[in-house]
Amino acid sequence: MKIFSTHHRTIGIGYLLLAGASVAIGTLLSLLMRVHRVWPDLNWPLWGVMKPEDYLATVTMHGTLMVFFVLTTAPQSGFSNLVLPEQIGSRTMALPWLNAAGFWTTAVSLLILLSAFFVRGGGPISGWTSYPPLSALADAGPGQATGMDLWLVSVGLFCIASTMSGANTLVTVMRCRCKGMTWGRMPLTVWAWFTAALLTVIVFSVLFAAALMLLCDRHAGTSFFVPAGGVINGVVDAQRGDGSPLLWLHLFWFFGHPEVYIAILPGMGMTSMLLANFCRRGVPAYRWMITTTLLIGLLGLSVWGHHMFVAGLNPWAGTVFQLTTIAIAIPSTAKVLNWLVTLWGSRPTYTTPMLWSLGFVSLFVAGGVTGPVLAQPALDAYLHNTFFVVAHFHLVMAMAGVFSIFAGLTYWFPLIAGRQLDERLGKIHFWWTLLFAYCTFLPMHVSGLMGEPRHGAQLTGVAGPAGELLHRVWGVERHITYNAVMLALGQIFFFWNLQKTLRGSRSVAENPWEATTLEWAPVNDEEQVCHRAPCVHIDGVSVPQWIAAVE
Amino acid sequence: MRWWLPQDAALHGAALDREMYLALWIMTGLLAAAHLVMLVGLYIGRREAKRSIWRLEVAPLLLLTILFGWMTTRAERLWSATRYAGADPAAMQVEVVGAQFVWYFRYPGEDARFGKTKPELVQPGEGNPLGIDPADEDGRDDRVSSELVLPIGREVDLRIRSLDVIHGFSVPEMRVKQNAVPGQVFHIHFTPVHEGRYAVLCTQVCGLGHYRMQAIVRVMSVAEFARWSAR
Repeated sequence: MKIFSTHHRTIGIGYLLLAGASVAIGTLLSLLMRVHRVWPDLNWPLWGVMKPEDYLATVTMHGTLMVFFVLTTAPQSGFSNLVLPEQIGSRTMALPWLNAAGFWTTAVSLLILLSAFFVRGGGPISGWTSYPPLSALADAGPGQATGMDLWLVSVGLFCIASTMSGANTLVTVMRCRCKGMTWGRMPLTVWAWFTAALLTVIVFSVLFAAALMLLCDRHAGTSFFVPAGGVINGVVDAQRGDGSPLLWLHLFWFFGHPEVYIAILPGMGMTSMLLANFCRRGVPAYRWMITTTLLIGLLGLSVWGHHMFVAGLNPWAGTVFQLTTIAIAIPSTAKVLNWLVTLWGSRPTYTTPMLWSLGFVSLFVAGGVTGPVLAQPALDAYLHNTFFVVAHFHLVMAMAGVFSIFAGLTYWFPLIAGRQLDERLGKIHFWWTLLFAYCTFLPMHVSGLMGEPRHGAQLTGVAGPAGELLHRVWGVERHITYNAVMLALGQIFFFWNLQKTLRGSRSVAENPWEATTLEWAPVNDEEQVCHRAPCVHIDGVSVPQWIAAVE
Repeated sequence: MRWWLPQDAALHGAALDREMYLALWIMTGLLAAAHLVMLVGLYIGRREAKRSIWRLEVAPLLLLTILFGWMTTRAERLWSATRYAGADPAAMQVEVVGAQFVWYFRYPGEDARFGKTKPELVQPGEGNPLGIDPADEDGRDDRVSSELVLPIGREVDLRIRSLDVIHGFSVPEMRVKQNAVPGQVFHIHFTPVHEGRYAVLCTQVCGLGHYRMQAIVRVMSVAEFARWSAR
C-alpha cells in the first residue's frame, strides 16, 4: 500500500490512524489532569510537580486534539473516505488530489499543534476556545507567545484541510452517484456526511477568518479583538485601537456549535443504519430522517449564542438563542424516537457494532437531556462553565462520538483489513467502556451543581469560602479520577483485539453483517446499479441494494 | 431533595432553584423513560405488525415539543424578571473589577458617583489598583475594597468590568454569574437575604492564576454595614 496514495480508502485509513494517535495523546493528557486534580503535589518522574500553567496547557491541548483531530477527523473524514464512494456506487472520490491534499494538510496541522508543547513557555493556556485578550497578548501568560502562535497556525491549516475535504465530499455526493442511486435512496450515513460537509465549508471558513484576524492582532498591529487601555502585568497597552473581545466569541461559536454537529451527525447516520441492519427491518419514516438530518444542520447554524448567555449580550439575545436551541432539540428528539421505534419488538442480533450503536443511543440521550436545561439562560447563568457543562458535552458529544467511532470501526473492519474483529473481546471492551463512561461523567453533574468551575488547575491552595466550596467537591473529584483511569485502562481490550485479529489469517465472508448498502457489494468490473432503498428486509432476510430481482 | 445546590442567599434564588429542580426532575424522567422503552422493546418478542408512524413517533414528538415549549416559557419569565429590567434606582451601587487573579470592589462613597479612571494610573503597589484619577472630584471619596460587603435586604447594582482579559464573576450562593469583559461595562443586580460569607469565583479561564482568583461576599446587618461604611 502506497502512503502517498490518492485512493480514498488509503486516505480514510490515514485519517483513522491520525485520529487514533490523537486520541491516545488526548487521553493521556486527560489522565494527567485527572490525577493532578486529586494529587496536586505529585512529583512526576522527569517532569516534577505540575504547575498551573502546565495544567491549562494540558486542558487546551486535550480539547483541541479531541474536538478537531479525533471527533472531526474520524467520523467525518475517516469513515466517509473509507466507504462513501462505494455507498453511492462510485469507485472514486470526485476530487482525489484535493482529498489527499486535505489529509496531508491535516497531518501537518497536527504536528504543528503538538510542537507547541516543546517551545519556550509551553503550550497555550487559554483553552480550545482561545478567548482574547488572553489569546491576543503574548504577555498575558506563559504559553501565550510562541505556543499560541503555533496553535493559531495549526487551527488555520486545519480549517483549510477541512474545507478541501468538505468540498470533495459535496462534489462526490452530487456528481458520482451510480445509476439508480437517487437522493431518496442514499444511506443516512451519506446524508449525514453530506450535511456535515455543508456545515464544514460554511463554518470552517469563518474560523479561518477569525484565526487570521487574531494572528494579525498579535503581529500586524491590528485591533479586531483587543480594546484600548488594557493593563497587562502593570503595563498599559497603548498600541491598541478599539476592538471587541466579544467579536471573537461570536465568530468562534458560529464555528464552534456547528462543529459539534459535524462531529455527531455521522454518528447519528451510522446509528440509524446499523440499528436497522441488525434489527433486520427498514428505517421507519426514512424521508423524515433525511429531513431531521438537514434540519439539525440548518438550525445548528443559529444557536451559537447559547454559549454566550453570560458573556455580555443584550438579554434579548438570550431569549432568541434559547428559542433556537429548543428548536434544535425537536429534530434531535425525533431522531431518538426513531431509533426507539426501530428497536421496539425487534429482537436484534447483538453483534459488537450493534452494541456500540445501542450505547450511542444511551449516551446521546443521557447527554442530550441536559441540553434543554442548559438552554435556559436563567439556569445557565448558574451552570455556565461549571462541571455540569463538562458532563453534558462529554456525554453527548465526546462519549457518544467515541461510541460511534467504535461502531464504525468494528462494522467496517472487514473492509479495512479483510478480517473481523474478535466478538468476545469486543463485547468485554464495550461493556467496560459503557460502565466507566457513565461512572466518570455522570458525577460531574453533581460537582457542577455544587458550583465547581471548569479550568481550575487545582482544588487546593485556594483561600476563603471559595476554598471551602472546592473542598466540598473533593470526594466527587476523587471518584471521577478513579473511574477515568478505569475507562482509559479498558481501551487495552481494543488494542489487544486489534493485534490478535491482525495476526490472524485473512478470512471473512463477503458480506458478514448481511448488510444492504453498496459498500458490501461483490467487487467486479461491471457498472454498479442501485435497485432499491437501503435496509430492505423480507421475512428477516436482507435484500441488498445491488441485487436486481427480488423473488 | 436539594440536588447538591449550595445554600441560596439571594432573593431571586428560590424561584431559580425551583426551576432548576423542575428541569432536572423532568429530564431525569425522560432519561429513565427512554431507557425503559429501549430495554422493554429489546426484551419483548419480535413484532412485525405494520407500525403507525403517527402514533409511535409524531404523537410523542408533539407531546415532547409541548413540554419543551412549556419549560421555555417558564424559563423565559425567570430570565426576563432578572435581566430585562435594570436595578431599582435606589439600589446600592458597587463596581466589580477583575484583574489577573484578583477581584476589586469599588464603592462610590457619599456623593454616590464613581470617579473617572485611567489605565495609566493603575498602580496596585501604590494603593490605586483601579487607576482612579485624583484630579476628579467624584473619585475623592471612592473606596476600593477586596471584599464585596453588602447590607442584608438591599438590592445591589453591580457594574462589572475588567482591566486586562475576560474574567467570569460568579457567586454560586447568590445565583449570579456574568463575564467581565475589558472595554465594556455590564450590570447585574440581586438582593442578598441571608447574612454570611460567600465565595466569589472566576469562571472564565484568565491565565495561570485562574484557579485561585477568588474573593468574599460578606452580607451583614444594616447596622453593621453602616459601621463598616463609616470606617
